[in-house]
Amino acid sequence: MAEYMAEGKQPEVLFWVGCAGSFDDRAKKITKAFVKLLHNANVDFAVLGTEESCTGDPAKRAGNEFLFQMQAVTNIEVMNAYEVKKVVTACPHCFNTIKNEYPSLGGDYQVMHHTQFLKSLLEEGRLKVEGGKFKGKRITFHDPCYLGRANNVYEAPRDLLRKLEAELVEMKNCKKKGLCCGAGGAQMFKEPEPGNKDVNIERTEQALETKPDIIAAGCPFCNTMMTDGVKNKEKEDSIEVLDVAELIANAKDL
Amino acid sequence: MQYIPNILFVIALVLGIGYFTKNVRKLIRNIRLGKDVDRSDNKSERFKHMARIALGQSKMVKRPIAGFLHVIVYVGFIIINIEVLEIIIDGIFGTHRIFAFLGGFYDFLIGSFEILALLVLVSVIVFWARRNILNIARFKSLKGWPKNDGNIILYFEVVLMGLFLTMNAADLQLQELGADHYIKAGAYPVSQFITPIFDGMSQGTVFMIERAAWWLHILGILIFLNYLYFSKHLHILLAFPNTYYANLKPQGQFDNLEAVTNEVKLMMDPSADPFAAAPEGEEEAEPEKFGASDVADLNWVQLLNAYTCTECGRCTSECPANQTGKKLSPRKIMMDTRDRMEEVGKNIDKNGSFVDDGKQLLNDYITAEELWACTSCNACVEACPVSINPLSIIMDMRRYLVMEQSAAPSDLNNMMSNVENNGAPWPFNQMDRLNWSKE
Repeated sequence: MAEYMAEGKQPEVLFWVGCAGSFDDRAKKITKAFVKLLHNANVDFAVLGTEESCTGDPAKRAGNEFLFQMQAVTNIEVMNAYEVKKVVTACPHCFNTIKNEYPSLGGDYQVMHHTQFLKSLLEEGRLKVEGGKFKGKRITFHDPCYLGRANNVYEAPRDLLRKLEAELVEMKNCKKKGLCCGAGGAQMFKEPEPGNKDVNIERTEQALETKPDIIAAGCPFCNTMMTDGVKNKEKEDSIEVLDVAELIANAKDL
Repeated sequence: MQYIPNILFVIALVLGIGYFTKNVRKLIRNIRLGKDVDRSDNKSERFKHMARIALGQSKMVKRPIAGFLHVIVYVGFIIINIEVLEIIIDGIFGTHRIFAFLGGFYDFLIGSFEILALLVLVSVIVFWARRNILNIARFKSLKGWPKNDGNIILYFEVVLMGLFLTMNAADLQLQELGADHYIKAGAYPVSQFITPIFDGMSQGTVFMIERAAWWLHILGILIFLNYLYFSKHLHILLAFPNTYYANLKPQGQFDNLEAVTNEVKLMMDPSADPFAAAPEGEEEAEPEKFGASDVADLNWVQLLNAYTCTECGRCTSECPANQTGKKLSPRKIMMDTRDRMEEVGKNIDKNGSFVDDGKQLLNDYITAEELWACTSCNACVEACPVSINPLSIIMDMRRYLVMEQSAAPSDLNNMMSNVENNGAPWPFNQMDRLNWSKE
């Protein structure tokens, strides 16, 4: 972003990579897949790189409003300094926070989840999505809470999956009734409270009921939880957990 | 002497409505214990929200069986109230079936009330079976008063509908016997099958039965009205304001605490003097408490939510934490909030103003373990048929735990110090953020 600014240019969109996308080994693959798609569609994008910092979502959901607002104000100052207009991110938590909770703190941007952005590229004819190796595969989509119920985005990821000419199968709890993967509300960073099962196992069981070849996700945290769930059920050899961006990039052999 | 029934009726009406009004005032006072929150915006959108969800029952029917039966009872309740209007007028003025002049339309009205009454009766019996015989987890988990409360309401409705039909049946018999006052009016598609019971009884006996049913019906309604305040059944009234004042923003958008924003601004402002005294003439403001540990720290919409909750348990049955055996139950959060609010209310009734009772909502009602089990997934908020938001209470109480008591689980403390120091919830160096692009 700094380079664009130095040249006096503005990118089409700022790609907000997020902490998981920057540091988590599994999520980095999603980041790279999405970047390949952006290049493929000739999207002029920038990242904040080392100037990006946690949006504050896990702090806020853990109850630390103070830390959240410190993070938010810092990020907003950076983005406003670069005159950012449009943000795309592959993390529904970053998406929700920047879209909904930053405006009243002075950060007003057009924020899109990467599935929404990819869908718009598709509609503009800049990106072509083909089935490739996923043609005819059974894919079930796990709705991330912070994309689905939190922001009513249900169709963008599904529209993309349909373009893969795959067989899209729904779990018994989907869309508005989607069951959480168990990571939200800062649960990702702590041990669960005592109970008789982990939430991600419950959700994985629901996914397995659809007999999928692939569990599609749209969130790096859901991805981790579902991957762990599939491993727990010893199905990792027959079922892949992939982000929607990875599916499209893989189908295109990028 | 002939006015005695009228006078008794007016006394019953005044007492019934008077006591109810007294309790409604108490209810409003208790709700006002909450902090202010502005919900005066978007009036038309709020009306639409209320029309769709409360009036139109759009969320009830998401569960088709319970939803369908509920719509019957709900429509029955509203329509049959037109009959109550007639009963009140008759009771005050000593008339009988004052609306009979409507002729054919009156027949239609009474006929449809009867059919609805029968449908309500059937629905209520199914509801009772669902609560007491069928193995439905969200009802089975209710014990003690909440369980009895649910059943008492159903018994009330059975008795009221039974009295209504008995009254009509006796009336029909009296009409056919040509008794004084009992003009031929109304259609009785249901109660005509009860009427044969009265064959062979004297006109006086049938008259007594008709009057008894009439009186018990209206007295029953007045008692039921006053029962509401002590019951979960307040939703029949509060569902409307509750949906009107509901949060219309995206469910994922949590409020930004203004008190914190002010602090953060102060910290970010290089010219701010942290040791500055309060401006001349102004008292040093007491620092605001962050988050909620008791009902007075919640806002009035959250307290209205607690009174509106009818304990149906859809929230808890959708809750991922509850489904996997954790202690958290969003329904319990709402019930606890109401119980504590009632306790605080009684404290105020007794002492004039709240006297510290050594208790609070946190720990005495809701434990930290429950609060920390929440994934903030909004399933409970989505499931609620009357737009109650248990999640907002959970978040406010977490805020208190973290910002006032520093009582977060240690894993979360690690996460937060990482965010604070490294700008990420994991212990990675901020300078390594772009490494993925080089791998």
